[in-house]
Order: sequence, then structure tokens, then C-alpha cells
Amino acid sequence: MNSLIIGQYVPGDSYVHRLDPRTKITIIFFFIFVVFFANNVPSYSVLVIFALASVMLSRVPLRFIIKGLTPIWFLVIFTFILHLFVTKEGEVFFDFWHFEFYTGGVVQGVAISIRFFLLILVTSLLTLTTTPIEITDAIEDMLRPLNKVKFPVHELALMMSISLRFIPTLMQETEKISKAQASRGVDFKTGPVKDRIKAVVPLLVPLFVSAFKRAEELAMAMEARGYQGGEGRSKLRELKIGKLDMIIYIIFLSVIAVLFYTRTYA
Amino acid sequence: MSKKLIEFINVSFRYSEDSPWVLRNVSFDIYEDEWVAIIGHNGSGKSTIAKLVNGLLFPGEGKILIDGREVNEDSIWEIRKKVGMVFQNPDNQFVGATVQDDVAFGMENRGVPRSEMIERIKSTLNAVGMQDYRLTEPHRLSGGQKQRVAIAGVLAISPRVLLLDEATAMLDPKGRKEIMQTVSNLLGKKGLSLITITHDLEEVVQADRVIVMNNGEVWDVSKPRDIFLKKDALRKIGLDIPFVAILADELRESGLSISREPLNHEELLEDLWTLYSKM
Repeated sequence: MNSLIIGQYVPGDSYVHRLDPRTKITIIFFFIFVVFFANNVPSYSVLVIFALASVMLSRVPLRFIIKGLTPIWFLVIFTFILHLFVTKEGEVFFDFWHFEFYTGGVVQGVAISIRFFLLILVTSLLTLTTTPIEITDAIEDMLRPLNKVKFPVHELALMMSISLRFIPTLMQETEKISKAQASRGVDFKTGPVKDRIKAVVPLLVPLFVSAFKRAEELAMAMEARGYQGGEGRSKLRELKIGKLDMIIYIIFLSVIAVLFYTRTYA
Repeated sequence: MSKKLIEFINVSFRYSEDSPWVLRNVSFDIYEDEWVAIIGHNGSGKSTIAKLVNGLLFPGEGKILIDGREVNEDSIWEIRKKVGMVFQNPDNQFVGATVQDDVAFGMENRGVPRSEMIERIKSTLNAVGMQDYRLTEPHRLSGGQKQRVAIAGVLAISPRVLLLDEATAMLDPKGRKEIMQTVSNLLGKKGLSLITITHDLEEVVQADRVIVMNNGEVWDVSKPRDIFLKKDALRKIGLDIPFVAILADELRESGLSISREPLNHEELLEDLWTLYSKM
């Protein structure tokens, strides 16, 4: 239970870890945007180099990166094959039965696969190098303008951080309840799927009951400690845009500049 | 006698119009720099007193003054600055993602500037002996450690009253000892009154005064030693008598003249080994 890590954060002290979470989110947002502007080999290379360099700088072990990419392999291969069959551009390079494969299909398929790969790579790099609580802080800060239209930004962030705080507690509790129920004869591990799903009920009911009780007590404790909403609150955790963030912004802007310079305009 | 910090004046409380009174005509005073233990069996109204002091509940009849100010809707935020509370369940009052975030929570609510927060986190964690755990997440702490963090979080807002509502009830003996140790270390602090609410007679021995609650009424207010003399009556209202006190009674019955009522093992031991020289 002590090895429990929420999300997929890999602790470290690399340049990427040290960036302000807001910088990371902003850059990733615009990166996702500009990925769709790349349309030839040089422009794709610029993006791939930027993404791979970030991965190298983060010093996150490769196996975590690969693990982050696993859910999309299927999608990448599926879209690649789809393009192969559907796109009818360029020359026919292969003829099989009554299917004709065009070179355009291969090019399109590869391009789409690279896009997917880049998107997932940079977003998983964010969660690998940023703690959930940092991401919460960053979101709270970046959504602050929405306060003007009465959007409860602080409350949303507090809800997120309390949920994160209680995930391990509730997991420990789940383990305890499942052991308690198992000792009374509930079988979670064998039998037909239908029975096993039914066996979850005596696990979920006490878990929910206790979660509600916890919530009530927590609310009371928070009130007793003087919590009265976001107004007039100060914050211990502080976000700071430093020199490093400025450097990264400049690098990223030049990457975009090079991208738009190298891409072909039809 | 020093200044009155908390005054309960004929306080009665019930949860709704048609439910029975939980507290009936309760009056007592708590002074500055005093340690008061409130003891009673389950449902005797002792936890209700804690919630009334902090303004989590309001009295049905009578009134409560904290530092001269009446507890009501308008004054609760003032009152909560003066009264810090630690609850029973260590998990359900830990708000922050790490120890230092949790200690900061009360200060953040009051808009304390960041530099001062860092300073106070350091000093309060030192006071409860948790300085090495500043960045630890709650699920890596024991119950006793979590309660010490909770105490630090309360101390950080420099309250006048520290109120522990059964703060040791869910802990193992080791955790219980940790908390009692922490609490007695804090007593040197000037101007801090301490209220501990418990159902365990062993935890009242260090207090200056004990308020015994029974069925929503104040049953007795006196010094711990005098409380211990009323063993049979205590047993009748559902409290467990500590082993030392029972042993002392048995020894007396078998003819040894133990003069004072012992509060702990050491005192009884001292009485026993000095017994011969007194005879």
C-alpha cells in the first residue's frame, strides 16, 4: 500500500518537472493545435524533434512512456489501415484481388499515425512529470477569469484536490471491506462473471455509506477550521513563472515559426 | 483566579423541537491557562458541548460566552479563530494533500500571508514533533501522527482554546500516548486553555479540573483526585474505573492504609514503598 501513486506521476527533478504547470499546459494546448498544421516531412520532423527532446529532458524512464502509449496502438493501426483502404490518391502501387492500394493512402496513414503519436506523447508527458495537485492548481489559476461570469473556479479546484486526497484513503478502505466481506464468505475471485458482479454489491454499499459519513465529518471539520469559501483566502502553494519557463516559451515559439516556415502552402 | 475564557450560562440544547433535550441547563466556566477534561459515557452530551463552543451548533436556551463574546451567527468566524478543534476521526479532518498543506488550511482560510504561513508551519510542526514529515501524504501516516498534524493545524491559527473532541478514541495505545504527550508539552504555552473530551478516566488525571457529564446534565465538577473517590457513583453512570484506582481500593480493604487516592501507577508505587516508614 505504501507504493501507491495517484495517477502516473514519476517523481523527478528534471527541467520538465521544474516547469510551472501552467507553462506545460499552455504549451501542450498549442502543440496539439499546431500538430494539425504540419503537412510535409520537414514540418513533421520539427514537431517530432521537439516532442522527443522534451521526453529526453524529462528523464522519465522509457517504459513509463511506452506504458502511456499502449491505449492508442490499436487506434493508430486501425486508422492507418482505414486510410490504406479508403484514400484514393496518388498512384496505385499494389493490386490485390479487387483492392487497389494507393501511395496517397500510405502517406496519409503515416501522417495521421504520427499525429496521434505526438498528441498522446506530449499529454502523457504532462501527467508523468506533474503531480495531480499541481495540475489542479494550474487549472484553478488559468480558469480564474471565469470567476467574472460566476463560475465556481475555487470550489471546483477544491473538489478536485479533496478527491485526490481521498483516493488512497478510499482504496485502503475498499481493501479492508473486501477482506471483511471475504472473511464472511463473499467470494470475489471465482465463479461465473454474473456472480462476481453480484459480489461487488456488499463491497460498494458499505464503501458508499462510509464515504458519505466521511464527507459529512470533513465538511464539519473544514467549517470548524474557518473555511468559508474562496474569498479572502491565501494560498500556501505558489505558482511562479521563472526564467526556465521563459526559455521554454521562446524555444516553443521558434519551433512554431520553423513549422510554419517549412510547411507547404498549396 | 485568572480570566474566564468560556462561560456556559444555563445552556440547553436539542436537535429539533420534538426531540428530547441533549443538554439540560448546563452551566460552567473555563478559565485561561486551564486544562479541563469533560468526561461522560456515550450520549451524555459531551460532544454536543464541543460543537456548541465552536459555533457548529447553537444553544436552544441559555447562552455561551467565549472571551466575553456571545456565540451566535454573527460571531462564529471570530469565535472559530479563538477556538481550535480536533475531532475523533484522524482521516476525516485531514484536508490537505500533504502534511504542510493540511497545517496551512486553517491559515489559508484566514488569509494569512504566505511567508508567515511557512514560518508557522515550521514552528507548529516542531511543537507536535512532526517536523520530519512536512511533505508526507496522509495515507503514509499513522492515526496518532495524523492527529498530531491536526493539532499543529489548530495551533497554527494561535487559538485561545484547544479543544480535543475524543481525539484519542480511534487510536491505538501508542497513538494515544503520543497525543497525551503532545498535549502536555503544549501546556507551557501562555494563554492557551485546553479542553479534552473523553470517555476514558485515565485521560483526565493530568487535567486541572474535570467536568463529569451524565444524561445531558453536569453531574460533578472537581479535581481529578476527588472524582476518583466516587468510584461507585462513577460506575453507576457508565464509566470505567482505571485499574490503579481499583487496585488501591482492594489494597485498602486488605488492611493497608493508603492515604491519598492514586492517579497513576507511580503514585501508588510511591505510597506502597513509603508505607512502612509511615507506620
